[in-house]
Amino acid sequence: MKIKSQQDFWSGLIFVVVGVAFAFGSTNYSFGSSARPGAAYFPFGLGVLLAILGGMVLFKALTIESEGGDPIGDIAWKPLLIIVAAIAVFGLLLPRLGMAITLPVLVTMSALAGDEFHWKDALLNSVILTVSSWVIFIWGLKLVIPLWPVFLTNGS
Amino acid sequence: MDLLNNLSLGFHVAFTLQNLSYAFGGAVLGTLIGVLPGLGPVATIAMLLPSIYALDATPALIMLAGIYYGAQYGGSTTAILINVPGESSSVVTAIDGYQMARQGRAGAALSVAALGSFFAGCVGTIVIAAFAPPLTELAFKFGPAEYFSLMVLGLIGAVVLASGSLVKAISMILLGLLLGQINTDVISGTPRFSFDIPELTDGIGFVVIAMGLFGFGEIISNLGRPAEHREVFTHDVKGLWPTRQDFMEAWPSVLRGTALGSVLGVLPGGGALLSSFASYTLEKKIVRNPRIPFGKGAIQGVAGPEAANNAGAQTSFIPMLTLGIPPNAVMALMVGAMTIKGIQPGPQVMTSNPDLFWGLIASMWVGNAMLVILNLPLIGIWIKLLTVPYRFLFPAIVVFCCIGVYTLNNNSFDVFMTAAFALIGYVFYKLNCEPAPLLLGFILGPMMEENLRRALLLSRGDWTTFMTRPLSAGLLAAAALMVIIVMLPSIRKKREVAFHEE
Repeated sequence: MKIKSQQDFWSGLIFVVVGVAFAFGSTNYSFGSSARPGAAYFPFGLGVLLAILGGMVLFKALTIESEGGDPIGDIAWKPLLIIVAAIAVFGLLLPRLGMAITLPVLVTMSALAGDEFHWKDALLNSVILTVSSWVIFIWGLKLVIPLWPVFLTNGS
Repeated sequence: MDLLNNLSLGFHVAFTLQNLSYAFGGAVLGTLIGVLPGLGPVATIAMLLPSIYALDATPALIMLAGIYYGAQYGGSTTAILINVPGESSSVVTAIDGYQMARQGRAGAALSVAALGSFFAGCVGTIVIAAFAPPLTELAFKFGPAEYFSLMVLGLIGAVVLASGSLVKAISMILLGLLLGQINTDVISGTPRFSFDIPELTDGIGFVVIAMGLFGFGEIISNLGRPAEHREVFTHDVKGLWPTRQDFMEAWPSVLRGTALGSVLGVLPGGGALLSSFASYTLEKKIVRNPRIPFGKGAIQGVAGPEAANNAGAQTSFIPMLTLGIPPNAVMALMVGAMTIKGIQPGPQVMTSNPDLFWGLIASMWVGNAMLVILNLPLIGIWIKLLTVPYRFLFPAIVVFCCIGVYTLNNNSFDVFMTAAFALIGYVFYKLNCEPAPLLLGFILGPMMEENLRRALLLSRGDWTTFMTRPLSAGLLAAAALMVIIVMLPSIRKKREVAFHEE
């Protein structure tokens, strides 16, 4: 069998898998009856419905010819991985090292995802964004965000 | 007159110094993001949600609303000057607006767009004030069955009018509804789908989803595309005022656009985008012999859609304010903002928080007036902003999104979830799956389940209750009708053509 639309094939597959997973997962909870619907009633129905619709998308992707085959195209691995990693690193570092160190790391990392990277720009951007985040979030909105690393503040 | 009393209460609230400054702040920010391509109102509002913890509900919502309609103004500026619509709703403005700019009539195009939008904004505000109370009355007659059907209609409507495959869009809604099921069951108190992770028993924050899918998803896909060279068309934006002839040609289009936008904005799935497309089509049909043909710089092609998108943006607040049902992704975020501030969206908002309700409506008029002032004389400043390269811009977006997510609950779990949704968002982008229906489904999921289960409890498990109660049956029939109409072969072709013009 030949895939007629790449995009639809994969999205259909995702829908089916997620739908089945939710329907299956909801069997852990009480289903109840129509008169007394339990915790599993709604998600089970939704999961089944999603699996059916996903099946329709899959079926269409395998049978109906689409112009050019709707290719998925090149995946932008570089920005994708760098940005996702940068967010995760931010989550790891912020509670431990505080904003003053984490933000420059985040800015520099994400700047690497772009086409052009200049150290000077990244440094400038880091300084501007760190200072303005301090002004907006800590000084202005009075949000509780660690500013300095834990080992420094604990010592004092 | 109730209407006048209510409006005067609203203006009373809107004209306090604090609320004026938040309306102004929202309008400025909205214009800014409207001008900057690659940053839409959805991502911006999602970014700002954490900061509204520090604000009262009224100024917070006034600011968020300002961002939404401000973005419509800003988006048209870039559409006219550089042929890059800053917002999807100004795509059609670019067609004739850019041509006008090339003929040295940029000033006329900009002022017609701004004044048309202002007029439409004023009418939109009055329409909201006039129609909200009766709709609220109606909403109080709704039982759980009606609410469930209404949400079905709202969700279906939101995707029927969107572009792309209908089945895929409905699947995205279901995906959103399912993600909304990751929580603790309200009725029995069982944690569901949480994999014993304590953070998941409260459900995934919708800011996390919105930020991941819209904020970061957009950044990644923007970076994945080769950088386009933008030519800023600014060498002369002088002569801001339209000529008498321009004015005479533009005002009927503004009236038509306003009327069309006001109606379409209320529909589920409607709002600014649909209104502007519909208005352009209408203008092309109605204006038989334009002085300058459409596509070559016809002023009607700027005036109509601009008025329509602002009217639509304005009236799309109606279903959100009166029924608690968001018609588009921005309104979904507004519903979320209300929930954050402890206000249950729905018909009771008008009676329980009249200050908020009428103050918000009045602030829209105030904000629109501010926008005209911001946009016309200060146009030069906005143009300068266009020259900021994206490589300075996107790290800033990343920083604000990250801090925003972290401060939601002051923990890193939300940040990691956002990273996951950024990845998922890129997958959706690659697979051509619109993320907006997912967000709507996610917001409405818990409400829908509660109403479904309550309706079934009341009818003792009889599913026909949705069909035997007349209001509910009507709403479901309308939803079914929409699907059938879109499936009809002739309409289907037209719909594809309409969205290909983008």
